[in-house]
Amino acid sequence: MSISLGGVCEPGTTRVNKTGGWRTFRPVFDYDKCIKCKLCELLCPDMAVFPRDDGFFEFDYDYCKGCGICANECPTEAIDMVLEEK
Amino acid sequence: MTVIRTLDKDKMSVAEGSYAVAHAVKICRPNVISAYPITPQTHIVEDLSQFMADGEISNCEYITVESEFSALSALVGSAAAGARCYSATTSQGLELMHEVLFNMSGMRLPVVMTIANRAVSAPINIWNDHQDSISQRDTGWIQMYAEDLQESSDMTAQAYKVAEDKDVMMPAMTCMDGFILSHVYEPLVLLEQDLVDEYLPPYEPEYTLDPKNPLTFGAFADPTAYTEFRYLQQQAMDNALPKIEEAANEFYEIFGRYYGGLIDEYETEDADIILMAMGSLVGTIRDVVDKLRAKGIKVGLLKVRTFRPFPAEAIRNAIKGARVVVALDKNISLGLNEGALFTETKASLYNTKIDVPIVGRMIGHGGRDIPVKTIEDIVEEAKGIISSGINTESKYADLKEDLL
Repeated sequence: MSISLGGVCEPGTTRVNKTGGWRTFRPVFDYDKCIKCKLCELLCPDMAVFPRDDGFFEFDYDYCKGCGICANECPTEAIDMVLEEK
Repeated sequence: MTVIRTLDKDKMSVAEGSYAVAHAVKICRPNVISAYPITPQTHIVEDLSQFMADGEISNCEYITVESEFSALSALVGSAAAGARCYSATTSQGLELMHEVLFNMSGMRLPVVMTIANRAVSAPINIWNDHQDSISQRDTGWIQMYAEDLQESSDMTAQAYKVAEDKDVMMPAMTCMDGFILSHVYEPLVLLEQDLVDEYLPPYEPEYTLDPKNPLTFGAFADPTAYTEFRYLQQQAMDNALPKIEEAANEFYEIFGRYYGGLIDEYETEDADIILMAMGSLVGTIRDVVDKLRAKGIKVGLLKVRTFRPFPAEAIRNAIKGARVVVALDKNISLGLNEGALFTETKASLYNTKIDVPIVGRMIGHGGRDIPVKTIEDIVEEAKGIISSGINTESKYADLKEDLL
């Protein structure tokens, strides 16, 4: 593949730029504590939290950089930041 | 070929430098103009906004903005949408654009911008030197310096021609000395629409922003590709060297005026001493050369018209026969105590067999006048360097010791 003049490309290239590999800590839900308040989804800067049909949420680990904002802001401390292991 | 002016008296008028440039911009048929007024560039954008108000520029948007950062940012978007764009600035305004200058060249958008060269703060100084544009030399913009009003005007069309060339596609700065050129009235020929239309074809961008066919400009490049973008930009600069020569020659064929392409040589063929400079200072040196040649002193002038891309080969060929070369700079690299033209000319001789002593003299900073006498003194000093051998010293030529 050769690069175009000025790096002009089709939109949507961020999808293939999987930033999950940058992560040191991974967020993990404790669904017993989750009150479905949606704050984690709203505050995620990478849109890496998405809703499930049952009202709970899940992480998209392909794009979650492990910044921990969700865990920090969760009012019921339902999100743990767990060290990634090789 | 040296400077040629075939000036038809019937076509001549007397105009201010800023008006001549604004008129040239109008004749180049821009689609978007965005600029923030700053002394001494103000008259250019005033004249352009008057043209807009009078309906003299068709198919053009004039965007008024709150800062130079916004002025150039607006043009990044406009140029990406396929518009031929123009802006003008100087000094602090140009420094405020610094970040966007890189974006513009990285996205390969061939915008043309006039710089009415002025000193930078602090202390605040509105008069002319070249510190503002020289400080932006690594941003990937083509930089050309005009000697007088006619050249400032004609350079605008030439800059579009080079910048928009498919093998170049890089933005260009046309630099004119603030006040010395921007606020001076001289007899000149204002660019004619029919001739410019023949010279400068409409801008046809490779890619354009279009809602029906969405594209991403200026996207993310990680370490696996970023280097290659810089490499391609350098390649574009290399391509610009012959294109600038071609643009000057083609301009001569259509308009009958020629100022040199990358450089211009005056009385250099048998010169022992060659003075090199950029901008309006070249005009003063031209007169000094005439005066000293009449006295039998073998002195010549090398006008550096294009500073980026740096015409190293052309400069080497021009100075190789001299016994001493003096580079006169209206800028300083602080901490190096050298002007840019001196440093880069010196560097261009490294690893070549050309062994010409070259000295740097910084001069005319913050608008200090450069009288003929000062240049004559520099020539006198250069004569001493010939007899004493190699001397690569760089210093201020017009320092007032009593103020220190």
